[in-house]
Amino acid sequence: MSAFLEIRDLSARLRGTRERVLRSVSLQVPPGTVRGLVGESGAGKSMIGKAVLGVLPRAVEIVEGEILLEGDDLLKASPATRRRLIGAKTALVPQDPLTALNPSRRIGRQVTDRLVDILGWDKARATTRALEMLAEVRIQEPERVMRLYPHELSGGMRQRVLIAAAFAAEPKLIVADEPTTALDVTVQKQTLRLISELQARHGTALLFVTHDLGVVAKICDRLSVLYAGKVVEDTSVEKFFATPAHPYSAALLAATPRHTDPTSSLRPVPAAVLDAVGDEIAAADAAWRPHG
Amino acid sequence: MLDGRMATRRRAGARLWLSAAWLLVVALAALLAPLIAPHDPLAQDLLLGRLPPVFIAGSEPGYLLGTDSLGRDVLSRMIYGARVALVVALAAGVATCLIGSALGLAAGFYRGWTDRIVGRLVDIWMAFPPVLFAILLIAVLGASLSSVVLAIIVIDWTRFCRVVRAETLNQSQMDYVNSARVAGFTRLRTLLTEILPNVMPVIVALLTLEMGIAVIVEAILSFVNLSVSTDAPTWGGMIAEGRIAIYQSWWVLAFPLVALFLTVLSFAQLGEGLRDRFDPVLR
Repeated sequence: MSAFLEIRDLSARLRGTRERVLRSVSLQVPPGTVRGLVGESGAGKSMIGKAVLGVLPRAVEIVEGEILLEGDDLLKASPATRRRLIGAKTALVPQDPLTALNPSRRIGRQVTDRLVDILGWDKARATTRALEMLAEVRIQEPERVMRLYPHELSGGMRQRVLIAAAFAAEPKLIVADEPTTALDVTVQKQTLRLISELQARHGTALLFVTHDLGVVAKICDRLSVLYAGKVVEDTSVEKFFATPAHPYSAALLAATPRHTDPTSSLRPVPAAVLDAVGDEIAAADAAWRPHG
Repeated sequence: MLDGRMATRRRAGARLWLSAAWLLVVALAALLAPLIAPHDPLAQDLLLGRLPPVFIAGSEPGYLLGTDSLGRDVLSRMIYGARVALVVALAAGVATCLIGSALGLAAGFYRGWTDRIVGRLVDIWMAFPPVLFAILLIAVLGASLSSVVLAIIVIDWTRFCRVVRAETLNQSQMDYVNSARVAGFTRLRTLLTEILPNVMPVIVALLTLEMGIAVIVEAILSFVNLSVSTDAPTWGGMIAEGRIAIYQSWWVLAFPLVALFLTVLSFAQLGEGLRDRFDPVLR
C-alpha cells in the first residue's frame, strides 16, 4: 500500500543560522492509518505537521527534503498548486480551540467557507454538509449553533466544531496538533474518542502530534519518537509499548506517570540517556551534507 | 454579575445615543445651514454690534446667541461653521483612516520588507513636530479647506498605521489564520475576510477619534488664520475673534467653544460606544 503522505529526509533550520530544528526526518502515513508524533516540548513534532500544511513560522526554513502528498512534492510545487493540494486534501485540527475560530464570524460560515470557496460546492449543499458534520460530532441543535459566534460556545464545543470543520471536506489527511492539550481533562477523553471514531469511519489518514503516550496507545497505529528534531525511533505502537528499541524511547516510556502506582515519584529521562542521544545527534549533524 | 453587566451596557448605550444625537444636530445644521440660519453669517450691522444672547438683558429678538463686534449673528456663524468642521472631519478622517489602515494591515500581515519600509517611514514621519509640519505644508500649499484636509492626512496617517499594524500582528498569530491558510485561501483573502473583521473595531474607534482630532486641528489652524479665508465663518476663527473682545462680549468666544468641545467629545464617545456595541466578543 503506497503512503498517502510521505516525508523524505526533511531538514529545516532557523533562518539565517546553521541550527537544524528538523534533522532529516522521514516518515510515511498510509491511507486510513494514524501516525503519532511524540517527543518533549521543542522536539519538533508540531513543526513536522506545520511543514506538511505549509504554515511553518517565518523564522523556520526548509533546507532540503521532500513532502509527498499522493506522490506530488509539495515543496517543489508552485505556491498556487501547493495551496490547492493542501486545501483539497488535508485539514488541521488545531491545538487551541479558543483562538482557532475567528471570533468575529459565525460558526456556520467558518465551517462552510472552504467547501464553497475552495471546493466549489453550492451554498445549500455546503450548509447541509455542515449540519450533518455538526450532528456527527454530537452538537445539539446544529441549526442554532451555526448562527452563533465562537465566544458563545464552550472550549469543548469549539473543539468539536473544529473537528467537524476538518472532516467536512472529506480530506484524506488530517493533522491534529495536540488537539486535547488545551481542553479540560474530562473533555479530553470524549474529544479523543470522537477524533478516533471519525477517523475510522471516514478512513482518513491522521498525523497525530502529542506528548501524551497514553493518547498514542489509544489511537495510533505507528509512531515516530522525536528528539531535537530527529526521529530516534519509528515503530508500531504494539512494539513501542512492549519493547522500545531506542534507549530514549524506553526512558520516555518509563517517565510516564502511572495512575496504577500513584505514590511513585516522577522519573525524569536519565542524564546518561540524554548524553547518548546528544552524541548520536552530533554524529548525524557531522555526517550531514546538505545537497542542492 | 448579570446586573453589573446590564449596568455597563446601559451606560454604554446612553453614551452612544447622546453622542450620536449631538453629532446629528451638528450634521443637520451643516446640511441645512441656508434654510435654518436666521441671518446671513457674513452680514455686518455695526448698529447691532455686541448684542448679548437672549437670556441676558439688552438683547434683541432674532439674535438668539447675540452678535459679535461687527454685528454678525453668532448663531448663524456657528451653523455655517459646522459645515467647515464636518467637511474636514469626514474628508480628513476617512482619508487618513484608509491610507493608515491599508499600510498598517499590509505591514502587520505581510511582515518582511513591507513592514520594514512602512515602519521606518512611520518613525521618520513621527520625528517631525506635527503642528509645525502642518503650518509649513499650508504655507507651501496656500490656506484653503483642501490644504487643511491634506495637512491632517499627511500628519495623522501614522496614528492609524501604528495601531492597526500592532493589532494585525496580534491577530495574525491566532490559529484561525493558520486554519484559513491550510484551507487553501490566498493570503489576500485571509487578510480581508479573516483578519480585517477582527481589526475593524479598532479602526472604527480610531476613525471617530480621528474625526474629533480633525475638528480640533481645523479649529487651531483657523485660530491662527491658516484655514479657509478670513471672513468665512469657522469655529476656530470665531474663537480667535471672540478672544480679542472677551471682556465686552464673552458669548462670541463661549458658544463656538462649547460646540467644539461637545463635537470632539461626541466623536470620541461615539467610537467607544460603537466598539462596545459591535464587537462580538464584548457584546
